[in-house]
Amino acid sequence: MDVAAAKALGAGIAVIALAGVGIGIGNIFSALVTSVARNPSARDQVFGLGILGFALTEAVALFALLIAFLILFT
Amino acid sequence: MAAAAHKIDALGQFELASVFGPVGASVRFTQSNLLMLLAGALILALLYFGMRAKAIVPGRLQSMAEMSYDFIHGMCVDQIGEEGKRFFPFVFTLFFFILMGNLLGLLPFSFTYTSHIAVTFALALLVIVIVTVVALRIHGLHFFSYFFPDGAPKLLAPLIIPVEIISYLSRPVSLSIRLFANMVAGHVMFEVFAAFVVMMAGAGALGSVVAILPLGVNVVLVGFELLVACLQAYVFAILTCIYLHDAVHLH
Repeated sequence: MDVAAAKALGAGIAVIALAGVGIGIGNIFSALVTSVARNPSARDQVFGLGILGFALTEAVALFALLIAFLILFT
Repeated sequence: MAAAAHKIDALGQFELASVFGPVGASVRFTQSNLLMLLAGALILALLYFGMRAKAIVPGRLQSMAEMSYDFIHGMCVDQIGEEGKRFFPFVFTLFFFILMGNLLGLLPFSFTYTSHIAVTFALALLVIVIVTVVALRIHGLHFFSYFFPDGAPKLLAPLIIPVEIISYLSRPVSLSIRLFANMVAGHVMFEVFAAFVVMMAGAGALGSVVAILPLGVNVVLVGFELLVACLQAYVFAILTCIYLHDAVHLH
């Protein structure tokens, strides 16, 4: 197997982590929708927390993406 | 850049080049530094020209300046408590420096200085040093009880203390990589889809019709990146506030 093929495979494997991130972000927003539906007046406070959780979870996806970029382009 | 031999040059856009000819080159003054200065000038201009009118019913610029002040002030007081007012200038500066960097980077032919790990890590290191100094000044050596929460079983100490220390030390790393990776990933996506447009348009008449699709994706991406630019500045500022809260109140 030559290096280019191994690099492509490695980059593909590195982004498997996105599956977990997808589950995590789905969880965050399902909890956000549920809590806003239960108590619409709490929307402003809960929304900020939800966005914060989204950004923290999304960061994990970007770490994986970064590794993939490092494998592909360096 | 993308047109060159139909090859995707994803990371070429992050290369530094010196500006202002030989004078700039001799002091290594790059477009990154130029945009940092521009960002600082824009923030100062917003506050100066916005607040010059001092009207009771604010105009557009003045309400923008007032809203940004209120927004960060509220964030500091909500997250840190009343002591948060002392840290307001720091958080305000940090937030607007990052926000301006992210937003200026979205302009065509511009450069995103927050897409360099050197910049974001320097900012995160500044945050973490200030947090530690504040905690040491307020609590003295009692600060080190932060690494062992009250009420935890003494037997678990060898396990909890290293974990807490590692999580404390990994804060600047995660803080800086989050911002840097977000910016890099966004701009690489722009580049990749723009390269698709060029490649497809180069493939004949049918190709240039299909090339509308990646162009549309890029238009949507600009909107998404505007959201990400504001969100990441917000996340950086609010995490700084949370760390400062820990430093002031110790858990």
